Amino acid sequence: MRLEPVANPSLARLLGFPAVALAVTVLIGSGLAMVAGADPFATLGLILRGAAGSQFAALETLNRATPLIFTGLAVAVAFRARLWNIGAEAQLYAGAVMVALLGTGALAWPAGLLLPAMAGAAMLAGALVLLGPAVLKVRFGVDEVVTTLLFNFVVLLFVSMLLEGPLKDPMGMGWPQSPRLVPEARLPRLVEGLRLHWGFALGLIAAVIVWVIQTRTTLGYEMRAVGLNRQAAEFAGIPVGRVILKTALLSGGLAALAGFSEVAGLKGNLTLDISPGFGYTGIIVAMLALLNPLGVVVTAIFVAGVFVGADSMSRAAGVPTYIANIMLATALLTMVLAIQLSRFRVKWG
Amino acid sequence: MTEAQEGAQATVLRLDGITKRFGQVLANDSVSLALKRGEVVALLGENGAGKTTLMHILFGHYAADAGRIEVFGEALPPGNPRAALDAGVGMVHQHFTLAENLSVLDNILLGTRPLWAPGLGRAAARARVVQLARDFGLAVVPEHRVGNLSVGEKQRVEILKALYRDARILILDEPTAVLTPQETEDLFATLRKMVAKGLSVVFISHKLHEVLAISNRVVVLRHGRLVGEVETARTDRAQLAGMMVGAEVRAPERRDSAPGVALLTLAAVSTADRGSAPGLKGADLELRAGQIVGLAGVSGNGQGALASLLAGLEAPIAGEMRLAGAAPRRWSPRAAMRAGIARIPEDRHATGTIADFTLTENAILESYARAPFSRRGWMDWRAARDFAARLIARYDVRCPGPETRIRLLSGGNMQKLILGRALEGAPRVILANQPVRGLDIGAIAFVHGQLLEARARGAAILLISEDLDEVMALSDVIHVIYEGRLSPVFARAEKSAAELGEWMAGGGFADGAHAA
Repeated sequence: MRLEPVANPSLARLLGFPAVALAVTVLIGSGLAMVAGADPFATLGLILRGAAGSQFAALETLNRATPLIFTGLAVAVAFRARLWNIGAEAQLYAGAVMVALLGTGALAWPAGLLLPAMAGAAMLAGALVLLGPAVLKVRFGVDEVVTTLLFNFVVLLFVSMLLEGPLKDPMGMGWPQSPRLVPEARLPRLVEGLRLHWGFALGLIAAVIVWVIQTRTTLGYEMRAVGLNRQAAEFAGIPVGRVILKTALLSGGLAALAGFSEVAGLKGNLTLDISPGFGYTGIIVAMLALLNPLGVVVTAIFVAGVFVGADSMSRAAGVPTYIANIMLATALLTMVLAIQLSRFRVKWG
Repeated sequence: MTEAQEGAQATVLRLDGITKRFGQVLANDSVSLALKRGEVVALLGENGAGKTTLMHILFGHYAADAGRIEVFGEALPPGNPRAALDAGVGMVHQHFTLAENLSVLDNILLGTRPLWAPGLGRAAARARVVQLARDFGLAVVPEHRVGNLSVGEKQRVEILKALYRDARILILDEPTAVLTPQETEDLFATLRKMVAKGLSVVFISHKLHEVLAISNRVVVLRHGRLVGEVETARTDRAQLAGMMVGAEVRAPERRDSAPGVALLTLAAVSTADRGSAPGLKGADLELRAGQIVGLAGVSGNGQGALASLLAGLEAPIAGEMRLAGAAPRRWSPRAAMRAGIARIPEDRHATGTIADFTLTENAILESYARAPFSRRGWMDWRAARDFAARLIARYDVRCPGPETRIRLLSGGNMQKLILGRALEGAPRVILANQPVRGLDIGAIAFVHGQLLEARARGAAILLISEDLDEVMALSDVIHVIYEGRLSPVFARAEKSAAELGEWMAGGGFADGAHAA
């Protein structure tokens, strides 16, 4: 068996394989639902209805997509420059900590000042969390996959320590959670009366900004050059080390905005479970989007839809929620395969 | 015809209508070829003509889209190197496929015996290797570690490896690219012994004089098609060159000129060793305006270190480098470019270009950070495109347009873009590291013409090449590099190819550095 590149893939090819991938995902999801004792034909409808069948469902999906847009962008930016940031989870929590520090009454500023200050502080914290591994990579060649991954646990334990100590809510009845944010520190609703908050709009703006950075700025050119061929970039005089550090700052800052938007927009206080792995799921989101920042918005909504829809389906049909995780994993694997198949032709023999 | 004659004329290998397409490129277009017992067939063609592809198909690395292969009358299943080996086809690749950390003997035995029989019959195997080495004049010591061998020795191990597996047909892919003239002679002696014993050889090359020296028959490929097949005895250089490129070729015109001031000097400069690649060892060098300094040497003798130094990638650890009389304070690629050094890197794929960037993006790779391409952090893509379009027109880069990804271009057109990018700023010093390696004759003439033009304009040029002919044809003065040391400077035509070959093998260096 061998793969041969298809010079100019047709539209049918480009859309057909991903469609098959989706169908396979649904098939496996339904099959599992059937094993769990539910009607496989009903489950697909339940997933779709749960993800987008009502205004409430659609907004829930967009709410869930918001942190994924940020972590997806963080990963897309880093991976584009071949900085393997597996630590978006840590950067997210670093941002969330800054929100809890500044937003629970420490600063008595009006919302117009407080929110930008919180966002800025969050980005700074996230950027610094990734800067460490990036410096180690540039100076000593330490593999950032290892350092950023391990930092996730370090930061999470650090947050746990804060929530058991200085940041612990005295009114929290012993739960490891921070006090609630003051009203000025909350991200307002996008439309009055609807559950969607400004974090989602911020995510869309961030995606456009990242896209502009990558395609229109000198830094974006440098980041792409370093990612595609580091040796040639070095030879051409591109300051490779500095570009990687700048990429780290941008990536870490973006991931931290996920923490900012979750705490200030959705939850209202810091707990240890604000992220059910948004940092890791961001990798899936970015890969499905082929690292395109505008594509990240689409794939983040898709991934969020699968989660929300499968959640709702499992409640309605009485099957376990981990079916959502399996469906997502299937979607990723089949989609990656589909993308390859749309560009390469398989020859047997 | 007697039976003995018929035996000598027996066809051992037959390629029939081999066609292979990579995307839009037709690499082999219905190529047919027959190899007889005891003959050397030279496969001649420019780079990109499809020679290597054809041999990869024969050896089973690729499967052909159409056509069939017969070895000793039996059809060879496509895409199966094992079957090719078993049928008696051996291949010596351009880049060796040896395990550096194993001994010569282990390398030869690798893959020939089952894993669960270690040590079994080792003495017999060793005796056989020694016998083969003696029969074919391949001097190697079975116990030596391959990592410590010279390039010529490694090649001998590769050939032994094929012979040990009872290869009756040997394919040599550009075998002389890495050899000194003397080593090439030794290789030819071995090949003559092999054909005398009834083996058959396919000799891939684009060097005409070698093809004329060793082959019985020449097969010429151009753009994937077989364009000519002649008995070597009935042809000459001009005819072969004409077949190769489809037109008559002329040597570049080179006028004598008086050298000007020294633009770059090295005084006893040393650089750090990089793994197995030696650094410079107390090198003295002077690059003068209007002069081409040729650097001859066998690959891996410190050319890389000298190139890295001039390119700004490495700084001296001892000695002094002066640019127009002054020693640079900080040394980096950007500092080198600011000092007026244009750099043509050795490897245009890995270092010179970014494959997935467009021509536009590659054209500004060295100047993107300056106006007009970049202003206050924003790219001006229109200015970049105009610049790329200008290079494309002025340096005759054949391409669909500036927005084409450069990976789709041929090596020659890629090199023309790199050349244009480097020469556009009217540089004072030009580092040309293997500027024509792997290019076709048309592109070679273009690149050499541009270098000579720059020389006439007063640029100081360092030409690094493993092709001694190229160095001797273009240079005003010549240095030989050996294990990081530079020979004294030789005037043009002061030394013959054979004498320079002695130096390339370390001859003149024996009594310490800089023995003249």
